[in-house]
Amino acid sequence: MSTLTYDVTAVRRDFPIFETGVAYLDSANTSQRPNQVVAKMEEYFRKYNANVERAAYKLSEQATAEFEAVREKVRQFVNARSTHEIVYSSGTTGGLNLVAYSWGRANIKAGDLMVATVMEHHSNLVPWQLLAQEKGARLEFVDIDENGRLRRDQFAALMAQNPRLVAFTHVSNTLGTINPVKELTAAAHAAGAVVVVDGAQGAPHLGFDVQDADVDFYAFSSHKMCGPTGTGVLYGKRALLEAMPPFLSGGEMISAVRLEGTTFREPPHKFEAGTQAIAEVIGMGAAIDYLQGIGFPAMRAHEDALTDYAYEALSELDGVTVFGPPPGPDKAGVLSFDVKGIHPHDVSTILDRTDVCVRSGHNCTQPLMHRLDVAGTVRASFFVYTERAEIDRLLAGLKEAQRIFA
Amino acid sequence: MSDQMYREYILDHYKNPRNFGRLEGADISHEENNPLCGDVVGMDIKTRDGVIEDVRFHGRGCAISQASASLLTERLKGMPLDDARKIGKEDVLEELGIEISPARLKCALLSLKVLKVGAYGLNQEDE
Repeated sequence: MSTLTYDVTAVRRDFPIFETGVAYLDSANTSQRPNQVVAKMEEYFRKYNANVERAAYKLSEQATAEFEAVREKVRQFVNARSTHEIVYSSGTTGGLNLVAYSWGRANIKAGDLMVATVMEHHSNLVPWQLLAQEKGARLEFVDIDENGRLRRDQFAALMAQNPRLVAFTHVSNTLGTINPVKELTAAAHAAGAVVVVDGAQGAPHLGFDVQDADVDFYAFSSHKMCGPTGTGVLYGKRALLEAMPPFLSGGEMISAVRLEGTTFREPPHKFEAGTQAIAEVIGMGAAIDYLQGIGFPAMRAHEDALTDYAYEALSELDGVTVFGPPPGPDKAGVLSFDVKGIHPHDVSTILDRTDVCVRSGHNCTQPLMHRLDVAGTVRASFFVYTERAEIDRLLAGLKEAQRIFA
Repeated sequence: MSDQMYREYILDHYKNPRNFGRLEGADISHEENNPLCGDVVGMDIKTRDGVIEDVRFHGRGCAISQASASLLTERLKGMPLDDARKIGKEDVLEELGIEISPARLKCALLSLKVLKVGAYGLNQEDE
């Protein structure tokens, strides 16, 4: 119903990239940026380009005000208690590594159990592997069922072993599975674990309420939510952040430096060493405004309708196998599939001839590819600006690929 | 539309790869993967008096990487190992005879990398 009132044509006018004629079905990889984001960044460059927090002139004061206003915007976006809990990062990978290096090195000991899942993106898997190797800790993975949902029985069995840390994704970037973050977090907390959630795919499409879900850490990227690359957010509970040692050190994050030693600022600044990606942070703020202006419920309904349409059409194609849960409340706008007898890269190359952009390969989830027993997948993902005609071009391209490889 | 990349013979080598499988007691056995896509190509080579007597490749990947490997094995049979070491990127691309987009160059050259690393590894052991 809401799809009838959702004016995707108007949304697309905000994205000049579509004037090139491209069918962009790779938003789970990186999103496109609307004029509003580009204009906001340009405003910074043109009108108040200066470093933040470290100069006593008006230009810097304005830059600082804009930079910190985004922190408050993000706080509201994820419903954190305080801006002290909002750390700017270089992106999801940067945020998760901050947790692994700072919290992890200070808290994980030999023999401790950490739990992740087979559906994790490498960025929420490799940092824990390195931590486990370094500390002699144990790392176990929760498997998926045949529909691409987490095996809750395995999750419960691992919680019974009292892990120190539980890391999982909000939304699978390959399967589109939306995990029940609140339930999993409650179970992990009952077992005494700290919970780290990869919000790279969740925050842009669903939003997130850190207090409602009660997670300890939640990391996401600007560039997957219509903002620029190079920045993102790590939410962390204040008490945890305060107790954590610095990760990167240097300028900006210190309180007082003497040759004998250094004291550090309060979070979030303790974790923001060096000049931050100022223009990008300001652009990220404009991206949040943009998405909230459209509204997350309307966007979700739009993406749901596209997912229904594409899922059904793909399922009807001979030789196409779609992975992950069917459309429904626990499915995001991400469809990964196999085309029998044609490698995903070949599918992508043929689709590219008609300017249809999809992801092909392992999607940075190699363990999941092994689990599904495929070399890779073709992945189409949808966002606020995706229109049905783009999916039709995908379907036409797939038929062409099948004709060539017949 | 005439197909620049997916020519008939490329698809033929993909669907019916020559010299596909493993060789027991190979003198050179090496495997490489393409970290971008996870594709794997491995090669087993038997030599006699410095000449490649037999060769097989295995793995899974796209039409380009598999056809390239298949074509390379055809070329290698009966070739002195010293000559095989001299095969260059241009030779492989010429043999493929199709336009390869920059994004797919690694696919086309994966089997050559397997040969190079494998052949030079054997060389080191000899010395």
